[in-house]
Amino acid sequence: MIIELMTSGFFLKAFVGGVLIAVVAPLMGTFLVLRRLSMIGDTLAHVTIAGVALGFLLQVYPLAVGLIFALLASFAIERLRKAYKTYAELSIAIIMSGGVALASLFFTLGKNFNLNVTSYLFGSIYTLTDLDIYVVAIVAVIVLIVVAVFWKELFLLTFDEDAAAVSGLPVRALNIMITVLTALIISVSIKIVGALLISALLTIPVACSLLIARGFRQSIIFSVIIAEIAAIAGLLVAGVWSLAPGATIVLILITILIVTMTVKRGLKI
Amino acid sequence: MTIESSTNARCHQDVIRLEHVSFDYQDQSVIRDLNFAVQQRDFVGLIGSNGAGKSTLMRMIVGLLKPKSGRIELFGEPIEQFNGWQRIGYVPQKNSFNPLFPATVREVVQSGVYGKRNVARRIQKEDIQKCTDAMDVMRIADLASKRIGQLSGGQQQRVFLARALINNPELLILDEPTVGIDIETQHDFFQLVQHMHQHHRMTFLMVSHDMDMIESYLGQEPAQQSGKLKFFVKHSHEIENCEAVNLSHTLTVRETESL
Repeated sequence: MIIELMTSGFFLKAFVGGVLIAVVAPLMGTFLVLRRLSMIGDTLAHVTIAGVALGFLLQVYPLAVGLIFALLASFAIERLRKAYKTYAELSIAIIMSGGVALASLFFTLGKNFNLNVTSYLFGSIYTLTDLDIYVVAIVAVIVLIVVAVFWKELFLLTFDEDAAAVSGLPVRALNIMITVLTALIISVSIKIVGALLISALLTIPVACSLLIARGFRQSIIFSVIIAEIAAIAGLLVAGVWSLAPGATIVLILITILIVTMTVKRGLKI
Repeated sequence: MTIESSTNARCHQDVIRLEHVSFDYQDQSVIRDLNFAVQQRDFVGLIGSNGAGKSTLMRMIVGLLKPKSGRIELFGEPIEQFNGWQRIGYVPQKNSFNPLFPATVREVVQSGVYGKRNVARRIQKEDIQKCTDAMDVMRIADLASKRIGQLSGGQQQRVFLARALINNPELLILDEPTVGIDIETQHDFFQLVQHMHQHHRMTFLMVSHDMDMIESYLGQEPAQQSGKLKFFVKHSHEIENCEAVNLSHTLTVRETESL
């Protein structure tokens, strides 16, 4: 059954896409979670669907329009965060509802275009095209290179933004870089896990690794391993029993989290 | 004689200089027309009640905030042009980091060398050695691979001190370093800082809420008062020898291990 799955083209593409996203999503997610920006993934994802829908309406490559929307949204969030310094969550709530509103507007406009809403909300990993896979692979390579090159700076920024500023690091530029990379990852993973479930891949592996990792490097490695286990197992389980792949991956992630917490608590007592 | 006088000249150079510095927070004046200078090898203690502007002042001196008016100089250069941030070690408020944060002691201490000079470059061998040395001096080498959140408050303080010392700084800025630490550990920490002041060629600026500790080392009379801010100073000439051992020298001979 599994061999059968693996040899079918659509499943193989799904597999490659899933594995790639499971490397970069928790990697970037670590920086987001540790900087208390967990919700930003969700927000950008909702805005990205609006962009994807508009892309369909305009007959432009939807992921590209989605990416532009995500980038615009991330800068808008930064703006609002500054305007409401002490109530920074407001920015996330505003942009998220704005994104959903735009998306539903475009979806109603696009009824005649045969726009499938659910495939963007919950992902449609089996309909990935060759172009989609190339785009995901390019994004993954970009993210890995940037994180490897700026590893030191990203660590210091995440651990202690003030110290980063005092030692003369370009804090603003680094923050923008994190935002842009996050927007990139989210827009390419919309088709794979779906807009509603992306933040699971960004945050749950990190939540697990925070419980067990001692250091920063270790935490990132653990979160990627956990995401890979969930992605691979989820895709196989979903393929064999014809379940929704995105949902299966997320539920496996939550299971891993519960097991980790239980084992950790068990060991402590 | 000539050597001595040139040494003296070097001793009394202004490390930090504030001229007519004012700062407003939401239309309320926090700091008004402050003039103050910290000279080389001085130990300056800064005391003030909550809202007196201690943290604001510290953040202006390290360049995180811009004064509304006035002029700040570091090592004789206007702060806008100052580029020698590795000459300054900065120990942040203890509770400025999340105890759940996954970082090992080594990762935190090592981050002291990350700066403008080496953006996007790999960590060098000598940087790793510097990190090991700084951990040795602070006697936290055996904790190197522990998660920082698991350490006691006093140990965490040593980690941040090691991070601040890794570049062998000329100026050490400590922002309420002992908040939330038990009395005994606070006392040890002050001992350590005082020892460093007396034996190394370093200038200290410390914000503290602990009047007793400040008074016991810096005397009861503030050298200067500005609004609710009180500055206590021990000048370099009050300690034996201006030409004291350099920290890098100590790092190699491990003199402070007897601390």
